Amino acid sequence: MNMNYTAEELAFRNEVRAFLDEKLPADLAAKVKGLRHLSKEDHQRWQQILCKQGWYATHWPEEYGGVKWTPVQKHIWDEESCRYGAPRSIPFGVNMVAPVIIKFGTEEQKQAYLPRILSGEDWWCQGYSEPGSGSDLASLKTRAVRQGDHYIVNGQKTWTTLGQHANMIFCLVRTNTEVKSQEGISFLLIDMNTPGITVRPIITLDGEHEVNEVFFEDVKVPVENLVGEEDKGWTYAKFLLTYERTGLAGIGLSKAALTHLKELASRRIKNGRPLIEDTSFSQRIAQIEIDLTAATISNLRIIAAVEGGGVPGAESSMLKVRGTEIRQAINDLARRAIGPYAIPFVAEELDLDYDGDFLSDENAAPVSAHYFNNRKLSIFGGSNEIQKNIVSKMILGL
Amino acid sequence: MDFRLNEEQQMLQDTVARLVRGEYSFEKRLEYSETDAGFSVDFWKQLSELGLTAVPFAEELGGFGGGGVEVQSVMTELGRGLCLEPYLQSVIFGGGLISQAGNDSQKETWLGGIASGELQAAVALQEPQSFYNLSDVETRAEQNGDGYLLNGRKAVVIGGHCADVILVSARTSGESRDTGGISLFALKADTAGIERREYPTTDGFKGCDLILNNVQVSADALLGEEGNAFEAIEYQSGRAIAALCAEAVGVMEVANELTLDYLKQRKQFGIPIGKFQVLQHRMVDMMSELEQARSMAILAASVADAEQNDERRRVLSAAKNIIGRSGQFISEKGVQSHGGIGMTWEYNFAHYAKRLIMINHQLGDDDFHLERHASLLQAH
Repeated sequence: MNMNYTAEELAFRNEVRAFLDEKLPADLAAKVKGLRHLSKEDHQRWQQILCKQGWYATHWPEEYGGVKWTPVQKHIWDEESCRYGAPRSIPFGVNMVAPVIIKFGTEEQKQAYLPRILSGEDWWCQGYSEPGSGSDLASLKTRAVRQGDHYIVNGQKTWTTLGQHANMIFCLVRTNTEVKSQEGISFLLIDMNTPGITVRPIITLDGEHEVNEVFFEDVKVPVENLVGEEDKGWTYAKFLLTYERTGLAGIGLSKAALTHLKELASRRIKNGRPLIEDTSFSQRIAQIEIDLTAATISNLRIIAAVEGGGVPGAESSMLKVRGTEIRQAINDLARRAIGPYAIPFVAEELDLDYDGDFLSDENAAPVSAHYFNNRKLSIFGGSNEIQKNIVSKMILGL
Repeated sequence: MDFRLNEEQQMLQDTVARLVRGEYSFEKRLEYSETDAGFSVDFWKQLSELGLTAVPFAEELGGFGGGGVEVQSVMTELGRGLCLEPYLQSVIFGGGLISQAGNDSQKETWLGGIASGELQAAVALQEPQSFYNLSDVETRAEQNGDGYLLNGRKAVVIGGHCADVILVSARTSGESRDTGGISLFALKADTAGIERREYPTTDGFKGCDLILNNVQVSADALLGEEGNAFEAIEYQSGRAIAALCAEAVGVMEVANELTLDYLKQRKQFGIPIGKFQVLQHRMVDMMSELEQARSMAILAASVADAEQNDERRRVLSAAKNIIGRSGQFISEKGVQSHGGIGMTWEYNFAHYAKRLIMINHQLGDDDFHLERHASLLQAH
């Protein structure tokens, strides 16, 4: 048993810190730490910096421009970059479709798409969920019918995160209706500029435009955009979901959120004293910190177990549930910390260029919206109910 | 024991329910929310024409001296519609403060208009540092000439952006958080020196912060005795808590109805998701949370107009604590049971979810009232 980082790992952490100290733009860190929304340009700017450093594609083999990090190194990167307020990479291209293309794609697909993901030329979004297919993803209905050298795609995808920025979408489509639902699904790469595709915003309860509906009407997709074999898309989708779930524990994000909460509670006043000195409130913060410590170690145990290679199994589902519950609890406390000021919603204060007086303070402005927005954490990436089903079936054998 | 409404109370509730059903579709509410007033001026007129804005006032003001139960009947239905009108702020809280603390001339000036809905009152008791403690008052009122000079800032005044009269607490003596030394003033909103910093609220209402910069008022703006306003403030905030609890019950009722309906309609894996036991049990928990909340709203209504004592204080804090917790439970679990659709602006559930969370931030959240209840614990 040794819970300490090795000398190499400590050296790596110093390297990461030095890089973030030097290269992370202060305005981007301020936005992230201030819970502000990042623009497409913000994301692209940070991606360019990471690419230049060779640290963008952390899940790719080196031959395609990836960086060979151990699971522990990835964890160190996650913790440090969250602590510094570095923007999170939008995962759809680099961490989701790319590993699928690398594992199952043709050489032509690798040549065509991977460099464009690295360069930021392509912005990918994910075409999985449909209005009728959420937790029951395999029931998806979007049809792709082969006609000569093309598939003709008809249907609708939904909850497409940042689809408004994307020029590419990877889609699960039904190519065979004669077989069991999982067996008739294919994995298609679709250019969003193809005629017949319409993107419609979905405004969420916090007033934000983050997700979209994507409609397909007789969309012609070249057959060479099929990944792997026809009707085998479910296998690739499951492979991809493991990658998705790994990042969803969000330990680094929770730690950053806890820091934000403590700063907030230090500035708010209750009965003439800082709120963080209030017994009941400080105990609530402490309780979350304790839970987060446990989740951090659980996460490290899983990381250590896969240190030899591969991806975590159903244990990552357990972490997704715990991790999202902890982040939501932090968001809940932050909202409580601002008391009556949770009620006003001053949209212009969320703009980082805002130079007026803050109604309450800068830290308080986005707190309520952020709390509501993050109710999504227990819903997306496989709802927490589905994650528990996975654990129950795969680990407990129930 | 009989928990049923009497015939008059039932008629009152039915009247409000019909009105809300007719005028307060979800789509219309979104439109009302976007107007300058932030609510439906027409709907407000209809409430007043039917005498509903006068319910808690005496007969000579056109009311029928309605108590906690009558107010509860009105508020629950307004809650079901997520109604934006200033019933709580103006009729219950503002009207209540003037009724309790005002002299005859002040009552004559304001109450008739408030009861008829022609005048709108708002209540400015919180401050940036006060959290939910209504004795944490740093705004100062100094005697000046024949009247007072007010300076300070009042926080999150719901409905204050368009109120005609704003009831402001200010310290005339004592230290911050002393209950003594707090005075109450009825400020005409157009008095020189009042700046209203207006904003929409997270749950679709409108309000403002009030910045008081050398606001000179005459002596007749003082409600009640100088320095002795806390009693009325505490008592009336208790009446407002009872009313808000009743409103919350209406909001929770609809949130649960929508969720239950969704569990029956939505199919995944070939069956309605309501067939999954984990969702069934959650729905049962949501229902029992609502029933706990309803019980406490009834109890709160029963003491709303009772004599002030520690028992009344305990009951009202207990009720607000339960409402805060059950509201958050129903809000969060309801969103979760809906999945993504429960988070969208276009679907009414999300707006019920937001209102429930914001109700917890009005008049003290569940933590605040837990603490208050603990401070009033009886040893035996």
